[in-house]
Amino acid sequence: MKWPDLFEETYAAITINKARSGLTILGIVIGIASVIAMVAIGQGAQSSIEANIQSIGSNLILIMPGSQRGAGVQVSSGRGSAQTLKLADANALEKEISGIKAMAPEISRRYQATAKGKNTNTQVIGTVPAYLDVRNVKIYSGNFFTGQQQKSLSKVAVLGPTARDDLFGTDVDPAGQSIRINGIEFKIIGVTKAKGGTGFGSQDDMIFVPLETAQRFLAGEDYLTTISVQAQDQNSMTTIQQEIANLLLRRHNIANPQAADFNVLNQSDIVATASSVTSVFTILLSSIAGISLLVGGIGIMNMMLTTVTERTREIGLRKAIGGKRRDINRQFLAESVMLTFLGGIFGVILGWLLAWGVSKFVNIATQVSFVSVLLAFGVSAAIGIIFGYYPARRASKLNPIAALRYE
Amino acid sequence: MIECRSITKIYVNGDQETRVLGGVSFTIAEGEFVAVMGPSGSGKSTLMHILGALDYPTAGTYFLDGKDISKMSDDEQADIRKDKIGFVFQSFNLLPRATVVRNVALPLVYAEVPKKEREKAAKLALTQVGLDESRFYHLSNQLSGGQMQRVAIARALVNNPSLILADEPTGNLDTKTGEIVLKTFEQLNKEGHTIVLITHEAEVARHAQRIIHIKDGDIIKDEKVDRP
Repeated sequence: MKWPDLFEETYAAITINKARSGLTILGIVIGIASVIAMVAIGQGAQSSIEANIQSIGSNLILIMPGSQRGAGVQVSSGRGSAQTLKLADANALEKEISGIKAMAPEISRRYQATAKGKNTNTQVIGTVPAYLDVRNVKIYSGNFFTGQQQKSLSKVAVLGPTARDDLFGTDVDPAGQSIRINGIEFKIIGVTKAKGGTGFGSQDDMIFVPLETAQRFLAGEDYLTTISVQAQDQNSMTTIQQEIANLLLRRHNIANPQAADFNVLNQSDIVATASSVTSVFTILLSSIAGISLLVGGIGIMNMMLTTVTERTREIGLRKAIGGKRRDINRQFLAESVMLTFLGGIFGVILGWLLAWGVSKFVNIATQVSFVSVLLAFGVSAAIGIIFGYYPARRASKLNPIAALRYE
Repeated sequence: MIECRSITKIYVNGDQETRVLGGVSFTIAEGEFVAVMGPSGSGKSTLMHILGALDYPTAGTYFLDGKDISKMSDDEQADIRKDKIGFVFQSFNLLPRATVVRNVALPLVYAEVPKKEREKAAKLALTQVGLDESRFYHLSNQLSGGQMQRVAIARALVNNPSLILADEPTGNLDTKTGEIVLKTFEQLNKEGHTIVLITHEAEVARHAQRIIHIKDGDIIKDEKVDRP
């Protein structure tokens, strides 16, 4: 049988029972569409997280406290619990390590903030004016606090846009008004510009206060939770990262680098970590979607087996008029591949629409990649062959005499 | 044209052997119209399957156009069916929801004849069996029984076979339409086609020129029919 004839026979066979073919295709459509949509959501999340991380600044090295270990004590109290990172460490870094462009120590914690009866629980960051440059924060209205205000323990606060919205409402300039953070009154002097990062770790839901003020009045402690260091350029980052680690080990009198009570992370490490998290997330989502594709494939097999039984006499006739095993096999295989391929086409369209709908209405960035579309077609054709193979083989092996007499 | 030499068919079921054909020998010349007649269980259907290259004899040889069909492989037999044999079945076996022309042209699809020629040949065959042209593009399940069987005969004709095998072609038809179908066979025979008709009815067999009587797997009588 020639290929155009095979195609025509296949088309005729599929259109004879449109409802059944349609429903079987639907199984594949749903499978392919969910794979496409899930991969798109996963990849969208990945690139938005990466963009978020890039937006916190450039050439950034973050120093965070590690786990606290007392002498001789084997119990670790967990990462970030050490209270040994001090302002003096930050100052020493700036003095002793070359290649640092700017540096911002900070102490951050969540506090309840209230203003005129509204309140919110938000991240309060005690830091220095250099934070603006290091962490790529821009002022929207008013001012950030000055070095003078910082040193004089002024109770001034700069709101992030989300914190501003929560406490005063959108499009209100709160400068000059006062808020209470943890019961202590602060005067608002400015609002920062929105950074946009939604969902994964908003950088807009924050209140900035001078470092010493936060340490003295809010935390009552003098340790730091992060030191953000901006390197001069990308190339010197690894060297600086190493120098920082060495200096801090020396300052903290720790001989074994494994026992360090701090972590030095550079931005690309954070990106890599976040990417590995989101790719696990993508794999998880798409394998769940893959299961529905498998179910769709079983639906194809089921329909093809039914078709072979129903058309036993037709198969007998085709053999009687000269159809060989190969011809019969090809015909039924072509039917299942055509079903899955159609399912693949509609599935890609539906998946693309789903991804589009998710980014439009649920506000999660999505990205339909060409590779996933190509993969969807490959997978759907493969499903057609795999799940069509057994029914087609069964059809081709039918004995023509028995098949012709089949009632 | 057709030469059968002691064709034997034995079915083995466990340790029980059923002898369906017990060494049948006969020849059929080109252009003959032969009826194979016998009661049910006489082995006539098995004989037809062997003549139609759908089945193998347990022993014996069968020559069609000088070729030994009985020792061929499945695929070779399929080629013989495609090129040399046309089947007409009791239950028509048309593709439902396919047009008359498509049904008739189906054997030529396997013969890889181009589409235009297929349709031309199909229409010619349909004209030969006397189907009205207005029905050519009807779906096969919209036809009456007699029309369906004539479409099936046209399908058997379309590859211009050496042999047309008809298995109880009138079994599902009333006497009147059956008569029309048998007249069609007579007409085709006059045009030179070799026809073997399998039946259990003497009335039907009488339309042939020669009747081979078969009973319990053996030929009991081979007679010429005298017709006015």
